[in-house]
Amino acid sequence: MTRVLDIQALSKGFSLHHLGQDIAAFDAISFSLDAGEFVLIKGINGAGKSTLLRTIYRSYLPRGGAVVFHSAHGPIDLARAADVDIAHLRRTEIGFVTQFLNARPRVSAEALVAEPLRLAGESADAALHTARGWLSTFGVKEELWQAYPSTFSGGEQQKVNLARALILPRKLILLDEPTASLDAGARAALVARLAELKENGAAMLGVFHHPGDVADLIDRVIDLTPDAAPEEDREDVAV
Amino acid sequence: MSLSDLAKPWAAMSYGFLDASAKRELRRKMVKAVAVPGCQMPYASREVPMARGWGTGGLQVSLTLINPKSVVKVIDQGADDSVNAASIRRFLARVSGAMTTTDTLTASLIQSRHRIPEEKLSDNQVLVLQVPNPEPLRPVQPNMSIARQMHADADYSRMWLQLYEQIVCSGRVMQGASYPSLVNGRHVMTPSPIPRWDVPKLHMAEHLTILSAGREKRLFAVPPFTRVEPLVFDDVPFQVEDHADLSCYRSGARGFFMNEIPQDDGTSQYELSDSEYGVKTIRDREGDPVRFGETWYKNGKFS
Amino acid sequence: MTTMTLEPPRLVRTKPLLEIRDVSRSYGEVRALHKVSATAYPGEVLGIVGESGSGKSTLLRMMNLEELPDSGSYHLDLPDTPGDLFELDRFARRMLCATRIGIVYQNPHLGLLMKHSSSGNVAERLLIAGERRFGVLREKAREALSASEFPLERLDAPPIELSGGMQQRVQLAKAIALEPALLLLDEPTTGLDVSVQALLLDTLKRLQQERKITMVIVSHDLGVIRTLADRVMVMRRGEVVEVGLADQVFQDPQHPYTQQLVHAKL
Repeated sequence: MTRVLDIQALSKGFSLHHLGQDIAAFDAISFSLDAGEFVLIKGINGAGKSTLLRTIYRSYLPRGGAVVFHSAHGPIDLARAADVDIAHLRRTEIGFVTQFLNARPRVSAEALVAEPLRLAGESADAALHTARGWLSTFGVKEELWQAYPSTFSGGEQQKVNLARALILPRKLILLDEPTASLDAGARAALVARLAELKENGAAMLGVFHHPGDVADLIDRVIDLTPDAAPEEDREDVAV
Repeated sequence: MSLSDLAKPWAAMSYGFLDASAKRELRRKMVKAVAVPGCQMPYASREVPMARGWGTGGLQVSLTLINPKSVVKVIDQGADDSVNAASIRRFLARVSGAMTTTDTLTASLIQSRHRIPEEKLSDNQVLVLQVPNPEPLRPVQPNMSIARQMHADADYSRMWLQLYEQIVCSGRVMQGASYPSLVNGRHVMTPSPIPRWDVPKLHMAEHLTILSAGREKRLFAVPPFTRVEPLVFDDVPFQVEDHADLSCYRSGARGFFMNEIPQDDGTSQYELSDSEYGVKTIRDREGDPVRFGETWYKNGKFS
Repeated sequence: MTTMTLEPPRLVRTKPLLEIRDVSRSYGEVRALHKVSATAYPGEVLGIVGESGSGKSTLLRMMNLEELPDSGSYHLDLPDTPGDLFELDRFARRMLCATRIGIVYQNPHLGLLMKHSSSGNVAERLLIAGERRFGVLREKAREALSASEFPLERLDAPPIELSGGMQQRVQLAKAIALEPALLLLDEPTTGLDVSVQALLLDTLKRLQQERKITMVIVSHDLGVIRTLADRVMVMRRGEVVEVGLADQVFQDPQHPYTQQLVHAKL
């Protein structure tokens, strides 16, 4: 198997200066991930599941350790890579799927979904065509394609979000509870798309409220529940 | 030898009214102006027995250039017989002993307000134009310090912007008099409020033109055989006033710049703006011997 | 706090388009900028946040070569502009500014001739660059205004008759008319209605994506920065206290001041 990610002794914590507090999230986590592998991260509330995903994605700055990503250009430590390199990898190789859509005013659903393709260099027409295909797969009604998602319900927004996040194949996909608030049809479409991406060699690392949704995809489970780790309340930390 | 032997005899005033040092300064500034065509040279505008704004800049240049052998012609809006032209002509003759004339061909020094004569000037003639506002950039840049920098940078984009605005708002370039022109490919000048009709007369002309603003204390020059190009867009050609087909109601002359005289019935009559050329035409018609000079416009076309 | 120092870029091999090093500027006793460095890569949007008086606008004016520092250097990776731009003479600075750098000011009076036509305001840039064909000026002004989503039926209306949002669009059209390498935005949406602000931000985002213009945007409004910026630089009292990816700075701010800013504004 081809190695995609090597996580070595990764630590994260948050200093809240105004409170004079220091909150540890997780400490010295090590594991690895291969191409085509689907790894579920589980753990009690506050074990730092989402924090781990965001630290790998570098939305959070790690405190120590290494996140070696085997990119198309060779291995690179995401914990120390320059910001522009991270931005480049996010555009090309690493995807992050959340349950929230970053809707922008006056940008239609189909344009929003097509955007990653256009940024990757596809022609506007081809990108739009593919985007419509995915909107349809995830069950977004056709009359909504040209509407502005900022006006959509949570469930519809989430479908647009998934179509956008999963439209481009990535080497590494981080999934932060993408099934929350999805109806059965959309959930099935999501699982099918994840299976397809996995089949094509994407490595996936996910946090799921109901792991049953993706049970057939899971290859391994990593339990973050620490023996006696300090508690972390994610809502407080995610400043 | 006594001191009085060394001193000049007492006189009521200096030759040519201005004192020697004032004339020396003006001569120096004129030489500079000729050396850098179109570039405004500041000078210490002196008092002359005339109010600022009535041609004091032109008068000071004329007083400096004049000598007893000069033949002076003074025109005001093309006419030799206006009060202002007549007063200045008489004053110049009085303080210098120079001869006066109304004939463009025989004059050696021509001071003019707002017109260039229709007959071609030659290399032994000097044209002095009175200028009210010497700074072409003033309408687009009220801050004169910045305007100086713009001249230094040859940055005249705002002048073109002005033309753009006129075409956009009115469908054509509205600038009538003082049409901004690029001199020697370097400095944009305002050629005093001469009509567009007269601007081509400055281009590669044989004569020297000195333009002087007494109130604003600046003078500039168009030396002989210097390029003077009106600012135009490549695709919107420069056009002079549409006077080619008008004829003078007094002299019958055609193809020259005309003054419009509105009539009571709402129509207009036209008369030659260059009064001396009109006079010549009438005298010629009446059989007097008249010498016409070559004109810049022939049958209403610039040649 | 133990923040790991980052490595220099390895994957992105292009040189930064903009590189400012150790710029300092004092006005008498007041230290406006102290050893400020900044980079922006081609096609990147750099956001600069900070409160009034943090030096962010001074820095932007320097990027636009309107003002010179006491010390420090400024490079733009452009053909025929080698060397430190702060060393250029006034004329060279002016020409570089007019042809390669676009700017949108918070106050449209700074950037526009309020009584000239809107298209004329855009055309002025092209005139400075030497365009002398009326037809081309007209067409390019129309194109730039259209790209800025300015209503073309008001093409020749003077900015003084336009709303604040429209004035900013005229400024934007003027700034992009010559396809600049660098677009500077100084609080471009401050003072506009929220809805107008959103539309303008959307136009900026679209332009940035379509034309891949490198942008530097200064704002005290974190929402604006969050919408547009790839990377964020946080300034305080003339110094840079934190630089990072936009989502990282907003979600995991490191410096006490940034934390305070993020907590206060979100």
